[in-house]
Amino acid sequence: MNTEQLMTLAVNKNGFVFDPENGISYTVNETGLFILQKLQSGVTKEEIIDFLTEEYEVTAKNAESDLDHFMAMLKALNLIEE
Amino acid sequence: MKKHYTAPYIERNSAGNLNKYAHTTVVRHQDNIDGVPIKNLVEKYGTPLFVFSEKHIRRSYRRLLETIRIHYPKVEVVWSYKTNYLAAICNIFHQEGAAAEVVSRMEYEKARSNGIPGNRIYFNGPSKRKQDLQLAIQEGAYIHIDHLEELYLIENIADELAIKPKVAIRVNMDTGISPMWTRFGFNYENGEAYRTVQRLVSGGKIHLAGLHTHIGTFILDPNAYYWAATKLLNFAQTIKDNFGIVLEYIDMGGGFASSNTLIDQYTPGELASPSLDQYAEAIGAAFNASIYVKEHNPRLILETGRVLIDESGYLIASVLGKKNLPTGERAVILDAGVNINITAWWYKQRVLPTKPFPGTYQNTVFYGPLCMNIDVIRSAMPFPDLYYGDTVIISPVGAYNVTQWMQFIEYRPNVCLINETGEVDVIRFREDLSDITSREFIPDHLRQI
Amino acid sequence: MLQLDDLQISIAVSGLKTGDNPQPGIPVIRSLRAAGFKGKIIGFVYDAMESGIYLEDIADEIYQMPYPSTGAESFLTRLGYINSRSKIDVIIPTLDSEIPLYIRLQKELQELGIHTFICTEKQFNLRDKSKLFQYFTSEDITVPKTVLLNSVAEINKAIQDIEFPVFIKGHLYEAYKANNIIEAQKYFLELQAKWGLPVILQELIEGDEFNVVILGDGKGNCLGMVPQRKLVITDKGKGFGGVVVNNPALEKFAQKVIKSLSWRGPCELEIIKDKEGAFHLLEINPRFPAWVRLAEGCGQNQPAATVLLALGNQIEELPPFKPGVLFIRHSEDIISNINLLGEISVNGELIRKQKKQEEIK
Repeated sequence: MNTEQLMTLAVNKNGFVFDPENGISYTVNETGLFILQKLQSGVTKEEIIDFLTEEYEVTAKNAESDLDHFMAMLKALNLIEE
Repeated sequence: MKKHYTAPYIERNSAGNLNKYAHTTVVRHQDNIDGVPIKNLVEKYGTPLFVFSEKHIRRSYRRLLETIRIHYPKVEVVWSYKTNYLAAICNIFHQEGAAAEVVSRMEYEKARSNGIPGNRIYFNGPSKRKQDLQLAIQEGAYIHIDHLEELYLIENIADELAIKPKVAIRVNMDTGISPMWTRFGFNYENGEAYRTVQRLVSGGKIHLAGLHTHIGTFILDPNAYYWAATKLLNFAQTIKDNFGIVLEYIDMGGGFASSNTLIDQYTPGELASPSLDQYAEAIGAAFNASIYVKEHNPRLILETGRVLIDESGYLIASVLGKKNLPTGERAVILDAGVNINITAWWYKQRVLPTKPFPGTYQNTVFYGPLCMNIDVIRSAMPFPDLYYGDTVIISPVGAYNVTQWMQFIEYRPNVCLINETGEVDVIRFREDLSDITSREFIPDHLRQI
Repeated sequence: MLQLDDLQISIAVSGLKTGDNPQPGIPVIRSLRAAGFKGKIIGFVYDAMESGIYLEDIADEIYQMPYPSTGAESFLTRLGYINSRSKIDVIIPTLDSEIPLYIRLQKELQELGIHTFICTEKQFNLRDKSKLFQYFTSEDITVPKTVLLNSVAEINKAIQDIEFPVFIKGHLYEAYKANNIIEAQKYFLELQAKWGLPVILQELIEGDEFNVVILGDGKGNCLGMVPQRKLVITDKGKGFGGVVVNNPALEKFAQKVIKSLSWRGPCELEIIKDKEGAFHLLEINPRFPAWVRLAEGCGQNQPAATVLLALGNQIEELPPFKPGVLFIRHSEDIISNINLLGEISVNGELIRKQKKQEEIK
C-alpha cells in the first residue's frame, strides 16, 4: 500500500484535512481521523483494527468491514494506492 | 470505559456540500409503535412486517368527521376500499359507521363479504361490466356513472330487472389545479355533464340521486375543493331548475394529502400538506354560501382514503447487507422493497432507526431485496450506522401498499394490527409456496422433468 | 429615523451568499447595523462557502442549518440547539424556500421565544406563480394572461388567446422568451424535465419594469414602500443597479395589491408598465429583495422596522422615500484563511465574539 500522498496532508484535530499540494480539503469524522493518523504513522491494517477495538466499543468484525469501506473511500479519493 | 463508536468517514469538501446539517432528516429513533416494542414485534413476526395502529385509524376517522362537521354537519365519510381493503382495516371504518366506496367487482364482493349491504355501497370506476352492474343494481347500490356506454347499459339493466337504479354522474372540471383529471366522468365546463343529465332524464329509467367528482390525488391546494364544490352545487341548482330533480347527495370524492412528501416536492409534506381544517373550511365555505344547500340540505360525501390510513401504517425492515457505492455513499440492502412498499416510488418516506444513535451520520441509500435497479426505498440521506440484522422503520405506508403490492420473487409478509389495548393480531399471514402454486395447473406432459 | 440602539437582543438572518446571484441576508444585516443595532447578529447558512461568513464585521455567530426540505423536526431540533447556546429573539428569513417552514412553525418558534414578522400561509399561497392570475384578475388587478400547461399539446390552445412572443416559465424558477411555437415547445420540454409540471405560459408585456420593496402591516396598509427602476441588468437578468422613482400611479397600484392581500411583512413586487401606461403585476416575492439597502438609503429602514414589528411593537408609517437615490452593486474579494473554512465545515458553527474574548485572555 502506497501512502505517500497521505503524508502530505495537513490534518487538524477537529477533522479538517487540507491537501496543500492540490488545494483540496476533506472532512473526516472522529474515527476517520483516528485511522488517518494511524495510517500516517505507518501502522498496518491489522494493527489499526486492534487499536480501534481497544479504543472504541466495536467488534473486530464490524471494525474490519468499516475499515475496508474507509480504505476504499481513500482509494477513490486518490489518497492511497494499492 | 471505551469510546462510543461510529463508522469512519471521509468526504471531499466542495462548495455546495459544506454543511454537515444540510440533509439531516433523522434526528430521533422510534423503538415502539403504540407502546409495543419493535424488538418484540420483529422477534415474534419476523421482517419485513407491516404494522397498523387501530388507535390511530379510529382517531383519524373521528378527527376528519368532526372537523368537517364543524363546517357542514350533514356529512358522511365512506371508506375507499382501494386504499386498503384488508378486512380487519375495512371493518374498523365500518364499525365507526363508514359505508363502502368500491371501484371494481372484486372490491364490491369484498365489501359484501365484510357484511356491508348493497345499499351502503357507492360503486365508482370506469370499468364496471354488465354482470357487475346487474348485481349492484339488484342489491340497491349507488352507481356512479363514468361514461355514456355505462349509462346505456344501466338503462338496459333497468328494463331487464324492472328496477329504477340509483345513480350519480361523475363530473370533471377545472378547479385551478393541474393536471385536470378529464379522463373520468363528464366535463362540466363544456356542457357534457349537463347533456348527460338531460339524456338520463329523458330516458326516464334511472333515478339521479347525486353528483360525484374526484378532482385528483394528493391535492395540495385546498381551494380546489372550494371550486369543485361550488361548481357541483351550481350544477345541482341547474338540475333542480331545469328538470325538477332534487339531489340526495354531493360526493366530493377524495384526494386529501397525507403528511407524506412527493418525490419531486421540495417542501416536506408535514409543512406543505394542508390541514384537515383547511380542506374542511374550503368545502364548508362553498356549501354554506350555496342557496341550493340552504333549501335542500344535501348530504356531503367524502371518500378520502389516504389521509385516513397512510399515517397509521408502518413497515419494519431488516438490514441484509451494506456496500459502498462509487459515489462514496453507503448502500444498505433491506428485506423490504418496492414489491411490498410501492408508494416509495412516489413519496420520500420517513426512514428511522429503531434504536438510539450518537448523532453521527453517513450518506445512506436504501435498496430493497429485488434484483432490479428500480428497487430503491429511499434515495441517499444522512443516516446513523447500520449493521447486518439491524432494523429500520418506514412510514407512512398505510395507504395503497397492502393493495398495490406485487407478488414478485418474494412472499408477501405478515401484516399486524395493534388494537386499542395494545394487543397484537396478525391480520394477514405471510404467504408461503402454496399461495403461489395453488392456482397453477401443470399439464400431464410437463409433470415429468 | 428608526433606531435600534437600545435593543439588547439577538437577531438571526439567513441567506449570506453574495456574488453574482446575491441573497438578501447581508444587506438586511447592514441595514440593521445602520439603525444602530449593537446586539448580536446570528447568521444562518446552508453552506460553508456562503461569502458573508467570511466578512469579519457582519455576523457575530454563524450556524449551518438543515435545508427546509429536511422537515420541521430536524429544523426545530437545530433551532432548539442554537437557541440553547445563544438565545434568538428575532429571525428574518430571506429565502423563498424557507418561508413556508417559518409560517407553519410559528407556534413552535413562539414557544422558544423566537419572533418573526412574515406573511400568512394564505398570502403565501395566493402569490404562487400559478395562482396569481386566477386570484388577482377577480380583484381587478391585471396580471399578464397566464395558462398552466400540462402537455406540450396544450400550447396550441393557449396561443389562441395569447400572442407571441410569450414567456415560458418553470413552476418555481426560470423563464424564457419564446418567439414562436417551436421555441415554446422546446422550452416547455426543458422546463418540464427540470421543474416538473405544470409549465407556465404567460403573456409577454413590453414596457418599463419596476421593482417595489414593501413592508405590509397585515391589515392592508404599507408601512413602507420604495419603488425603483433597474438601471444595470446583468446577463442573468439580475438588477445590479437602480434608482428610486417617484411615480404616484405605480404606488397606487402597489398599494392596491397589498390591500387586496392584507400582506403582512416584507415583500418585493415586480410590476410592468405597458406602452399605454397601464400597470401589470408580474410577481410577488415573499421576502426582502437583495437590493433592500436602497430602502434604508432613501429614508425607510424596512429591516429595522421588521424587527420592531416582530417584537410586537406598533410602528408609525415610515417617512416618505427620497427619489433619485441610487444603488450600484459592487462585489469584491474577501481575504480569509482555509482554517476558517475548516472551522465552519467541521463544527457546523462559528462563534466570533467568544473567540475574540479568548484572544484577549
